[in-house]
Amino acid sequence: MSNVKMTVNGKSVSRDVADTTLLSEFLREDLRLTGTHVGCDTSQCGACVVHVDGRAIKSCSALAVALDGAEVTTIEGIADGQNLHPMQAAFKANHGLQCGFCTPGMIMTGIDMVNRYQADGKTLTTEAIRDELEGNICRCTGYHNIVKSIEEAAGQMSGMAKAAE
Amino acid sequence: MSEGIGARVTRKEDKRFITGKGKYTDDIRMENQAYAAFVRSPHAHATVKSIDASAAEAMEGVIEVLNGAQLTGDEIGNIICGWAITSKDGSPMNMGAWSALATEKVRYVGDAVAVVIAETQALARLAAEAVEVEYDELPAVAFAEKALQAGAPEIHDNAPGNLIYDWEIGEEAATDAALAGAAHVTEMEITNNRLSPNPMEPRSAVATYDESEEHYTLYTTSQNPHVARLVLSAFYNVAPEHKLRVIAPDVGGGFGSKIYIYPEEITCLWASMRTGRSVKWTSDRSEAFMTDAHGRDHVSTAKMGFDADGKIVGFKVDTIANFGAYMSLFSSAVPTYLYATLLSGQYNISNIHCNVRAVYTNTVPIDAYRGAGRPEACYAIERMMETAARELNMDPGELRRRNFIGEFPHETPVIMTYDAGDFDGNLDKALAAANVTGFAERKAEAASRGKLRGLGYSCYIEACGIAPSAAVGSLGAGVGLWESAEVRVNPVGTIEILTGSHSHGQGHETTFAQIVAERFSIPIDNVQIVHGDTDKVQFGMGTYGSRSGAVGMSAIVKAMDKVEAKVKKIAAHTLEASEDDIVIEGGEVKVAGTDKAMGWHEVGLAAYTGHNLPDGMEPGLKEGAFYDPVNFTFPAGAYICEVEVDPDTGVTEIVQFTAADDFGTIINPMIVEGQVHGGVAQGIGQAMLEQVVYDDDGQLITGSYMDYCMPRADDVPFYTIEHNTTVCPGNPLGIKGCGEAGAIGAPPAVINAITDAIGTNDLQMPATPQAVWTALQSVQTPMAAE
Repeated sequence: MSNVKMTVNGKSVSRDVADTTLLSEFLREDLRLTGTHVGCDTSQCGACVVHVDGRAIKSCSALAVALDGAEVTTIEGIADGQNLHPMQAAFKANHGLQCGFCTPGMIMTGIDMVNRYQADGKTLTTEAIRDELEGNICRCTGYHNIVKSIEEAAGQMSGMAKAAE
Repeated sequence: MSEGIGARVTRKEDKRFITGKGKYTDDIRMENQAYAAFVRSPHAHATVKSIDASAAEAMEGVIEVLNGAQLTGDEIGNIICGWAITSKDGSPMNMGAWSALATEKVRYVGDAVAVVIAETQALARLAAEAVEVEYDELPAVAFAEKALQAGAPEIHDNAPGNLIYDWEIGEEAATDAALAGAAHVTEMEITNNRLSPNPMEPRSAVATYDESEEHYTLYTTSQNPHVARLVLSAFYNVAPEHKLRVIAPDVGGGFGSKIYIYPEEITCLWASMRTGRSVKWTSDRSEAFMTDAHGRDHVSTAKMGFDADGKIVGFKVDTIANFGAYMSLFSSAVPTYLYATLLSGQYNISNIHCNVRAVYTNTVPIDAYRGAGRPEACYAIERMMETAARELNMDPGELRRRNFIGEFPHETPVIMTYDAGDFDGNLDKALAAANVTGFAERKAEAASRGKLRGLGYSCYIEACGIAPSAAVGSLGAGVGLWESAEVRVNPVGTIEILTGSHSHGQGHETTFAQIVAERFSIPIDNVQIVHGDTDKVQFGMGTYGSRSGAVGMSAIVKAMDKVEAKVKKIAAHTLEASEDDIVIEGGEVKVAGTDKAMGWHEVGLAAYTGHNLPDGMEPGLKEGAFYDPVNFTFPAGAYICEVEVDPDTGVTEIVQFTAADDFGTIINPMIVEGQVHGGVAQGIGQAMLEQVVYDDDGQLITGSYMDYCMPRADDVPFYTIEHNTTVCPGNPLGIKGCGEAGAIGAPPAVINAITDAIGTNDLQMPATPQAVWTALQSVQTPMAAE
């Protein structure tokens, strides 16, 4: 057992966990943040994607003890109170989800790719969105509306970034 | 904006899913919860000599290790197949015994022999590794054709030669005669590949036994919680129905695989009684590959005869269907009444005969997977039609048009009566949207870049809305396939709809609310859909076979009819008018043509206060209905796929996919289009990517996402969707169903396109780059010759 301290969705947390505890288990079982899902055991499906220190990672592939001191954001932490994040709103507006199980990972991956492309000054084309979704599997939507959702949110996030400048 | 029928409203259920607040089974944690891990056979076929759990039981935190002898000792019943099929010689199907925990023999890799109950999931899994099982390995067989050969290992004592049934439909002699007299006969060997459904949420169960009430509660990933309760009670003897509550909360996709009641749910319930603890089991993906029912796995030979005008004179199919090691709940119906009955396709065919042999193998049980029998039928017919067109040197669209059924109702020789459709209209829309007239130009342009372009068609028809209870009963079904609904109008006018349908991605909380909003002129936010809990909803048959619209919504309509009648009586009484003059519109219940009106909520309040009701009327405003369909429904459509193949690598890109569907009335076009997108993607997955692989010894080779290729975002295109609506005459809303169409129609369109591009028909699914490249090597394409 080791003590792990993190900032999760802006709140400091501290827990004693087994050294084998995965970040996905830590979030789901220790913190009861069950919006982060686990859909495979080989780190392919991406349902478990969260942000660690501003970057998307698969929480099923990281040990909690290795992330002592990290800042973690999960699907529960991206809306601003009652105001949805533009990526969340775009998934609803574009019917980018059906059963909802892969959705948290899709949204967290979508936000990360938009942020990276904007930071690099690159345009996020629909081809690029499809490439970037290599690590996220959806069985319901056929991806059509997921790609549209991320494309629309990218436009809105770009507008917000410009407005903030 | 209207929120009623036809409105493209966004989904009410989305908010909880996009904020991480969905409640799936694995998110549930009971007090006093323990965890189950199963000890599974590593062998495809073996006798179980002994199970030694002493080392596991000695581990700290292990509560109990339970085995099959204890399970049968407690009189937990065997798992059954619920649809009796009779062989053509009159004998019943040979159903082998399936215990939730195997006792004397294991029959596939993954067959469970024991379960460990422990304080944590990690510990349960560790202890399961410590259970020592001694096996005597037996020869195994994984492929249905081999299982039928003389000398093949026999899997169940009561199924000689591994044959479950040998069944037929249609007139063989007449079909043979028609083929003998045909001007042209197209013959093909057709394999329909084996798939794993792979909903993204793995199966999960949390079972709790309350000793003081002798009552069980099961949270589980189910498409049909009431059917689960019925089967667990009536056949598996877990508990009587009134002592068992089954709840299917948010369920992360099903695609058929969550219809069935698996060994794990039965075992968790039983173990919760044995241990006095809540018992939770959640599958990991590797476990899902070796325990979730697989789909398809047919091998067929087919002959289709044509006269000199290109009219089909006969169609004969001989199919071998792999069932895996045990007969799953609906398995027997899939290659019979959900498959062979659709072999007339969209065509006027006088003579059809199909023979089906169902076969045990040492593999995961096979059952219905999105489409269930209909994709197999469609693939056979539509590959034959395209191949015949090439052999006859005819345009594939024209050959189909010559044979399209144009008048309805139409009775096929394989017991279906199609009620409505417009097959020419579907094809017209698809051809226009796919710009087929510009294809030659696009093909030439692709050739200039060294690429091979191909075009493939598929004109599918399917049977949904399963089904008239008396009809399926006469065909062997063990249950009726109606649906139930209850409409509860509250005193303030808000409405709860209790439905036996179950949403696991289909958006019922929105579409069901839309039909209520349309009828009673209230906002969809004032309507709550309640489903998935046997304590709340009295009964229901669940969601599969694209039945929730055609059957589930029809039950709601029937209950709403009763509510409306009572509302009108109350309003007529209060407003001193005739019932016939009362209309419901604009949030009010009015006397037509006057300014006399009551608010919708005032009628609700009047019903519940009971102060001033018509003489003899009971207070309250709640009505229920059971709806039994009069016929199947028949969604149909035309799909056109355009591909570009790189002849150097075999890599194939779908450059355009066009779907023109006739689903009858559409409640929410946004949701219906989403269903087509997802179905087509699964069809493309079957056609190009997915394949469950077993080796000759029955070892599962594709046991994870490292080996089983799921469609990713860059494997599929944006889809072009068209609708061509003919209203279904068989149900009150005119709905046909849309959930499975894409998975049914897409595979032949894709393979027809690829084979068109590469100039050889010698290609089976999945058309991986290697398969396409290999097929290309067998032909001298014009380009290769240059």
